[in-house]
Amino acid sequence: MHELAPVSPFVALAYLIAGVLFILALRGLSSPATSRRGNRMGMIGMAIAVVTTLYTHDIASLPEIIGAILIGGGIGFVIARRIAMTAMPQLVAAFHSLVGLAAVLVGAAAYLNPGAFGILDMLTGQIHQASRVEMGLGVAIGAITFSGSIIAFLKLNGNMSGKPIMLPARHLVNLGTLAAILGLVTYFVTDQSPWVFWTVTALSFVIGFLLIIPIGGADMPVVVSMLNSYSGWAAAAMGFTLGNSAMIITGALVGSSGAILSYIMCKAMNRSFISVIAGGFGAESGGASGGAAAMDRPYKRGSAEDAAFLMSQADSVIVVPGYGMAVSQAQHALREMGDMLKKAGVSVKYAIHPVAGRMPGHMNVLLAEANVPYDEVFELEDINGEFGQADVAFVIGANDVTNPAAKTDKTSPIYGMPILDVANAKSVLFVKRSMGGAGYAGVDNEVFYMDNTMMLLADAKKMVEEIVKSLD
Amino acid sequence: MDFISILSIFVLACFVGYYVVWSVTPALHTPLMAVTNAISSVIIVGALVASAEAGSTAAKYLGLLAVVFASVNIFGGFAVTERMLAMYKKKERK
Repeated sequence: MHELAPVSPFVALAYLIAGVLFILALRGLSSPATSRRGNRMGMIGMAIAVVTTLYTHDIASLPEIIGAILIGGGIGFVIARRIAMTAMPQLVAAFHSLVGLAAVLVGAAAYLNPGAFGILDMLTGQIHQASRVEMGLGVAIGAITFSGSIIAFLKLNGNMSGKPIMLPARHLVNLGTLAAILGLVTYFVTDQSPWVFWTVTALSFVIGFLLIIPIGGADMPVVVSMLNSYSGWAAAAMGFTLGNSAMIITGALVGSSGAILSYIMCKAMNRSFISVIAGGFGAESGGASGGAAAMDRPYKRGSAEDAAFLMSQADSVIVVPGYGMAVSQAQHALREMGDMLKKAGVSVKYAIHPVAGRMPGHMNVLLAEANVPYDEVFELEDINGEFGQADVAFVIGANDVTNPAAKTDKTSPIYGMPILDVANAKSVLFVKRSMGGAGYAGVDNEVFYMDNTMMLLADAKKMVEEIVKSLD
Repeated sequence: MDFISILSIFVLACFVGYYVVWSVTPALHTPLMAVTNAISSVIIVGALVASAEAGSTAAKYLGLLAVVFASVNIFGGFAVTERMLAMYKKKERK
């Protein structure tokens, strides 16, 4: 179908090797021990893909291309070196937006100069019809990835409120826009006029924006994963247009990766993918659902000294970190606390809920950054049974993921979500900024008012530092 | 390549992706996202074609711009993944 100039088998082979190296890069991530070798393979694969492309085209502008790579590469490298680990979710969102934008630009370039991409039908002088569909879809997905990721970035970076923004009749508008995009891509097959192409592009930018603004902060792990998936499908669609196996393999890998991560995140919140996309979760925060009584219920408040004493007397402590730990950058102080407890003979473990933080695996990276060995860090299903034997559960900056209402209260918005059973521990230490603010879901947490719970009301980092001092 | 060969590669790669990603340990999900970000910038291949070939000045500059964006991602994505992975350490044996 594609009347490309006959591709040398060696070139096709080179792209295939690049694709295989990308598969091995992801395969390496099955264990921290093999992960770095995997990452190197990814780099080699990328180098092979780039060099092969440059080698097989008559390059009229090599200095400009090298310049572009150096500028982009330099910026990327500096950002990668300087970024704080707590800011990873925003960084990943920003990177997604660049993949989307690059896809749109490549699509536009292919539309303007189809001859260069070998997608021109020599008989009619027009672009192949199949290529038009691939190109249209690629540009549409790319544009959605771009504008959606920009909104996700602004929300994660705090430039925009994490509260969902609900436009009137948004479902109708969104479905209408999506239908228009699909309709125009179909129409593009019969008529390749510029207005069709640019309208598809423009509408896709708009829909990406509209799709993400109603989604609240708590659902950001799903959104980031979903946009990750989109960026892969955009690359795959462009790979179809170019008939390039490296792009297709990579696109399929990244697309499935993002889709699986979205699925894991949805499951960890007991939400359906559709309800996340529909948005609005957390809009009525602090409202009707049991939050009202929060102010006047009795609870026990403790000091850093009390907490230090309790933990130094314990045999085992399980630490439950959440997004609040990331916000106050408490991970280093937390590791220091863990070290001192271990020196005193206390067993210390860390329990991570899949949706703790704002992106999948966020807490693991922060703990790794603070030099917590990864074999002390456990996933929900591996450690949940151990709370019953633990002397202390130390909850820091997490809330909804420990809320027993998810098991008991059918009317609760988080009902059915798997939780960490901190309430089963002999005592619970709950570090929280104040009693006022509930979690993202806006639900009160029974754990606060239990007899064996001691609330440590302070900034997470300050509290942990004081505990460290008292342990000394 | 004809459409069916390309489609075959795509479908099989989706299956490979499915099994490979499920085997990734949850502790490394953030590096997974960073590295998938870097490799999806293989779209730079298309950008290079656009900026290398003669025929349309507009396409060339769009291509060059795409090369810049994709390079930010490639270098940034791999570098930040490398930085994160270097942090994961096992307990020191005593």
